[in-house]
Formats: sequence, structure tokens, C-alpha cells
Amino acid sequence: MSTDIMVAPSTLDIQQIRKDFPILQTTVYGKPLIYFDNGATAQKPWAVLKAIEDYYTHLNSNVHRGVHHLSQKATDAYEASRRKIAAFLNARHDHEVIFTKGTTDAINLVAYSFGKQFVKEGDTIIISAMEHHSNIVPWQIMCEDRKAKLKVIPINEKGELKMDEFSALLDKTVKLIAVAYVSNTMGTINPVKDIIEQAHQHNIPVLLDAAQAVQHIPVDVQDLDVDFLVFSGHKIYGPTGIGILYGKEEWLNQMPPYQGGGSMIKQVTLEKTTYHDLPFRFEAGTPNIEACICLGTAIDYITNIGLPAIQQYEHELLEYATQKLSVIDKLRIIGTSAQKSGVLSFIVEGVHPYDVGVLLDKLGIAVRTGHHCTQPLMECFGIPGTVRVSFAFYNTKEEIDQLAAGVTRAVAMLT
Amino acid sequence: MTINEIQDELIDEFSMFGDWMEKYEYIIQLGKELPLIKEEYKQPENLIRGCQAQVWLHADLQDGRVHFTADSDAIITKGLVSMVVRVLSGHTPEEIINSELYFVDKIGLREHLSVTRSNGLLAMIKQMKIYALAHQAKAN
Repeated sequence: MSTDIMVAPSTLDIQQIRKDFPILQTTVYGKPLIYFDNGATAQKPWAVLKAIEDYYTHLNSNVHRGVHHLSQKATDAYEASRRKIAAFLNARHDHEVIFTKGTTDAINLVAYSFGKQFVKEGDTIIISAMEHHSNIVPWQIMCEDRKAKLKVIPINEKGELKMDEFSALLDKTVKLIAVAYVSNTMGTINPVKDIIEQAHQHNIPVLLDAAQAVQHIPVDVQDLDVDFLVFSGHKIYGPTGIGILYGKEEWLNQMPPYQGGGSMIKQVTLEKTTYHDLPFRFEAGTPNIEACICLGTAIDYITNIGLPAIQQYEHELLEYATQKLSVIDKLRIIGTSAQKSGVLSFIVEGVHPYDVGVLLDKLGIAVRTGHHCTQPLMECFGIPGTVRVSFAFYNTKEEIDQLAAGVTRAVAMLT
Repeated sequence: MTINEIQDELIDEFSMFGDWMEKYEYIIQLGKELPLIKEEYKQPENLIRGCQAQVWLHADLQDGRVHFTADSDAIITKGLVSMVVRVLSGHTPEEIINSELYFVDKIGLREHLSVTRSNGLLAMIKQMKIYALAHQAKAN
């Protein structure tokens, strides 16, 4: 595991931070909730909950349509949120930030629009063996439609991309590379800068699935020089049903609209429609206004705490959990990359992950079990699934102690 | 014993346990005691596939009664399966089709009814009733 960010113990006041999350004060089966399923969705701070209430109490109105006061206020808040997200990602332009329904929706948008414009028979798309289904299936659908093929970057036994084999895949047929920034199953941080640099030497654009990255690692799209980057609001302490597609202006401007409808047009006649400029061309219909605005609030919240401090503290948690769990008999960590973030996945020899998950649940500990929507990855390791512990900055070492005790107890019952 | 009498017996057994971990210890024990499905029946067509555990289920008709055998790769699922097998196995297709399995709720196992989108006890109970229907149709 990387130690380059281990400079000093975290300075975050975790007990104070925990007070910001009301759900962390609840109990499950009479026990205090220990929430380690942040990779699936993160809990929401009061700031976001109050922003949701505030939107419906004081702001609710459609955006980009009305001349009336409320509509203008809602539009201002909506566009202010876009600016916050653009600043958060260090995008060159606000209009490079498109509101979508989530990561899956954003990937589907690119697969459809980019595919329609740039992919033809015989072309290829590169993904990796550790992708989430939402970064596999849209490309399969697009490839089937365009008579193109998928190529897959294999991984080694540590759960790292085999970069030599990646380099060998790059040729003139490759039209796009779509890879996870951070693996949702193993926590592997992929060498995305290297991937992007190599891809650009062949004039190939890169899409990063940053659904498991933006809440853990400071992301700078200009520094990365990435062409597309997607993430979900609900995994970064914001509402569900909202996600972001960042795309370089030059790519987005060449892509046809994904969906037609209100707001995305300049003029409609029954014969011909002309489309609006970015970003509205990709935001057909009434958006999830409340979620768009409140995602901005969530971004403010974590920006105020500071992503470098969050990254450092979560790394401490990951290292501590790795030490505590590694000593449990027959336990094997899946994904031992040198660079990891946010996730600790494991199996116990002779024990089904589901059984461990059910018993931990009864101790008030929420973990994810199963294949984590990465079935091809599970096949690589020859396992049915894992128990996945995924961290947020409100988790504590004491909770990890209880997790380790819970796993030990579960294994004793199950073997 | 009727299906409902067996259900009541199970509810009674579980009423002895004070907390969830004790209940699960018993479920795990029941899983270990489950009569395993014969290897020849552990085929894809007998598999109830889900996001989490896999369950194999086979049904035989003997003397007008359906006999179920099953297995799962997860021991808690196996224990839950063993309870449903105990309740429904050895009854006529008609009794199985018309049965209402209230013991799952009474024991407090509702969360297992539909643990994931396509798995859980519901899928298995539905499959058992489909087997019973098929045997009833064959018999008629």
C-alpha cells in the first residue's frame, strides 16, 4: 500500500464531523450503526439535508424557463452549482460540466453519442478487467450497435492493471479507453495519468469512471488532461439521482445529443431542430433540480473539510483495517495493489461472503457482500464474491476494531 | 404433520432464542443438517441464481407427494432453505400450492424474503410451488 501521503496523523475532528451526519446516531438491532458501505452510497450531512429542505421550502421552480422570480432564483442556484462542480474538478469551462442522472447515465451518454459520431465497424474500445458493470455494458451495447469490439486490459494477482499489455493494445482501431480511476471492488488506484499520456500519444481519448475516486482523492481534470470523467452525487455525500459528466469542450461539441426534448434545443420546427450549445444540449427535459443544486452543497461541505485531509485520514483507516483484518485466520484480502483508496475487500477460506455479511449486519455493521457488479473481476480471482468494507471520513478506528471482532466471531460461527 | 403444524413447530423452536446471534447459530446448524441434493441434480437447470448465494433445488414426486432436496453455497442460505424444505417437503402438490408460509415473518426473517433483486426465499418458495404445479399437472 502506498505510504506517500502518510505525513502525519490526521487533524480532522472526527467526533465533531460525525455530528454532521444524523444517520450515524441511529441504531440497528439495538446496536449503534457502523456504516462501512460507503462505496455503495455515502451518508448525507445536515448541510445537504437542510439544502434539500430549503430548496423545496424556498426555491422550487423549473429552471431556464420562467421569467418569474422563483424560476430565476432556482436557475441561479442550479448554475451556481455547476460552477462549483467545475471548480471542484478544475474544468477549463463551466459548460464542460453536464448534469446527468448518475455515473451510469453519464457513461451511457458518452457510449451513445461518442459511438454514434466516432465509432464504426472494425473499431475497438478498451476497458479493463476490473470495471463495474456500468463501465462494461454500455460499451458492449455500443459495440454491438456499431459492429465494433471491446478489448480488455488484464489485471495481475494484486488487482493492478497489466500496463505492458495495455500498451500493446493501443493501435489505430482504438477509438476510446474507458477505465475506472479507483476500483469499486478492490480500491486499486489505477495509473490513470500514465494511461492518458499513452492514449494521447495515439490520439485516443480517455474516459475515467471516477465514481469511487472524487470523494477520496483530489481530482484535477486539466492536470490529468482527461477527455471525459464521470461520477455520482450520492457517493460524494450528495443526493441520489444526480451525476456529472465532465467532457472536454472539443469532444462534447462534436457529439450528437443523447436525448431530445425541452431545454436542449435552439429552435424546433416540424421539419428540423437545431440544438442548443453546451451544456444544455445534453440536458434534455426538466433536470433533477433539487439534486443538482444540493450536489453543490455536498461539494462545498467536503471542500470545507478538505480533500487532502480526508484522503490522509481515510488512508490511515485503510492501513489500520488492513492490519486488524489480516491477522484473522484464513482471511485473504482481494486487491493488494501498491496504490489503494477507500476499499478493503476480503474473503475467508471456506466461508461464503454472504454469511459473513448477514452476521455482521446483526451486529449493526453494514458491509457489502457479493460480486459488487464486477462479475468479470470475480471470475479473474475465481471467487463468488467478497466482503467489501468501504470507508468514509466519518468512520473511526474504534469501528474497525468492532468490525474485526465481528468478523472473528462470524468466522467462528461459520466454520 | 400439516404444513401449518410444521411452521408452528419452527416458530416455537425459534422462540427459545434471546438474540439474533443465537437464532443464526441455530439456522447455521439447520443448514449443516440439510439433506443434500444428489450431485447429479446439481445442474444449472436446478439453480436459483442470485446476486449473492446460489441455491440448487430438486423435486421428486413419490406416492403423490413432492419431496424436495436442496443445497446452497452459503450456510445461512442453506439453513433458511432447510426450513422451507422441512415445511413443504412430503406434502401433496395441492397442499404446497395452497400453502401460506407465515413462519418466515413470525421468526423475523423477512429481510431474507428478498435480500437482493433476484434472490432470497421468495424466489425459492416460488420455485417450489412451480415444481408442485408441474407435478400436479403431470399427475392429472
